[in-house]
Amino acid sequence: MATALEARNLVKHYPGVVAVDNVSFCVEEGACFGLLGPNGAGKTTTVEIIEGVTPATSGEVWYMGEPAGPRFREEAGIQFQNTALQDYLTVRETLEMFQRLYERRAELDAIIEECSLQELVDRDNRKLSGGQRQRLLLAVALVNQPRLVFLDEPTTGLDPQARRNFWDLVQKIQSHGTTVILTTHYMDEAQVLCNEIAIMDVGKIIAQGSPDQLLLEHYQGLIIEMPIADICGDLSDIEHRLLDNLGVVEIVSNDVSASLQALSPQVTDFNHIKIRQANLEDLFLDLTGHSLRA
Amino acid sequence: MLARIFAIFSARNREFLRDRGTLAWNIVLPVVLMFGLSFAFSGDGRDEYTVGVLQEAETLDTEQHPFLNTRFIKFVVVDDESDAFRKIERHQFDLLVQFDDHDRYWVNPDSPKGYFAERLLLQADAADRGIIEKEDISGDAIRYVDWVLPGILGMNMMFSCLFGVGYVVVRYRKNGFLKRLRATPLRAFEFIVAQIGSRMVLIMIITIFVYTGTHLILGTRMEGNYFTLMLIAMLGAVSMVSLGLLIAARITSEELAGGLLNMINWPMMLLSGVWFSLEGAGPILQAAAKIFPLTHILDSARAVMLDGATILDVMPSLLALLTMSAVFLGLGSRFFRWHQI
Repeated sequence: MATALEARNLVKHYPGVVAVDNVSFCVEEGACFGLLGPNGAGKTTTVEIIEGVTPATSGEVWYMGEPAGPRFREEAGIQFQNTALQDYLTVRETLEMFQRLYERRAELDAIIEECSLQELVDRDNRKLSGGQRQRLLLAVALVNQPRLVFLDEPTTGLDPQARRNFWDLVQKIQSHGTTVILTTHYMDEAQVLCNEIAIMDVGKIIAQGSPDQLLLEHYQGLIIEMPIADICGDLSDIEHRLLDNLGVVEIVSNDVSASLQALSPQVTDFNHIKIRQANLEDLFLDLTGHSLRA
Repeated sequence: MLARIFAIFSARNREFLRDRGTLAWNIVLPVVLMFGLSFAFSGDGRDEYTVGVLQEAETLDTEQHPFLNTRFIKFVVVDDESDAFRKIERHQFDLLVQFDDHDRYWVNPDSPKGYFAERLLLQADAADRGIIEKEDISGDAIRYVDWVLPGILGMNMMFSCLFGVGYVVVRYRKNGFLKRLRATPLRAFEFIVAQIGSRMVLIMIITIFVYTGTHLILGTRMEGNYFTLMLIAMLGAVSMVSLGLLIAARITSEELAGGLLNMINWPMMLLSGVWFSLEGAGPILQAAAKIFPLTHILDSARAVMLDGATILDVMPSLLALLTMSAVFLGLGSRFFRWHQI
């Protein structure tokens, strides 16, 4: 599959801070690429450099085999993390205004239907709920029939149902062959939507690959999770991880029965034990030593 | 390119027209000012002097004593001599007169207004006796409302263009709307042209509306050509919008933008002759006023409206406005920043 986008050695310096530190990655056409990391990891800055709204200190961005330029602007759809829209315009007028800025134009009614905005087309932008507003911003990102869509933390602040509805929308867009670049700090979101992820921390990519591949590389066993309050003895002989903020202890185990047997003298109550597969949150924690949402 | 400019132009027009409060203020302010000033300066206007007349009202003969017909003097009849003297002493009367067998007047030697009222009295008295011949003013006198109309329209244009564009662009930048536009094929020049076009059309409609209303109702003077006046208004609007864009080119704080806009608005309003002529001001101040576009707008508009000046007569002002627009627009485009860093 052809490469849709390539970031080459991106660097961004702010006074006293290296926000992006030599970041490189490729995104295949039609893929959903996730850039993960906690707040301040540098993912939004990286994406804004690629989008052309923030100049890089150094590095290059290539789109469809050529340096990103007017063609990129014409073919990319962008949903920023925080975007204000023009006051006093309705949903349809907003979409029409953005549509006229492009040579490539999508069928507005189809976008309105796809983003479930039919009931809202005559509503003032300012009177939309959080979920409705995110759907409108996504629709704005689609008015030019983009080949590449950037979604910067699109579900932050949405309730669980609105988040899942938004995921459905993104999957629908991807099913048309559109390449999606998603930044998020929700691991479940990345696991559901992304074919490939890059985990960022303090401006660098610290791991990259498909979610399954990364988990397979780092975890062979299951995770036993139990409340600290249920532990009465000393765990120094057992390799474990203490999560003070969550009040739990985690143990990675290749043989759950043996591990539980070893734990039994130190545990007062087994009723609250959880046994689960490792996820991206665990991976991030292991790689960086701190929680993704910290 | 035109489609993109039109998209931003029409969206901005809708935003302005649907913001009822701002729209109403843009129309109501100049109308209220015009009618208020027309009322305030109509008829005899505000009296400048107060003169007490020490005698009974029925004995007053204004034909025999024409001073009693002097405009802008308020005559107050009193019959109590001691009360009248007290008022003279306390500057409540500028002058006290008595016209009977023995014409007399009293004045407080420490009262500046009394001095001038005394001069008027003596002049009137001398004219009455035929010693000084009075000369009439020829032609129609220019009312204050005629003179002030261009000032009010220009001031409204100044506020609307500077705040309506400068302030709005800073708000767009601060809330990220400009950043969103930056991620489209729209170029800075196209955005600026759309903003200028939008504001120019709206301010021209409002100016024409207010001018027509006041002209029809108050019968304001128009000696020159409407096309020339329109040209002045259009160039004036472009120069003001360009100035607003220049101020807003990089600022990200609405408070700072408001402060800077006021820093320009107020000297411009005071020195450009919106309310009063600067004829009496010193030559340095008059020359300094020429740096403001509003000065050129008002000078040329008044020349057309009051003196019937032609397009050639006002060409220096038109060229000054064109030059200012080009400089402001060039610098504004050069320094324009889409989003806060």
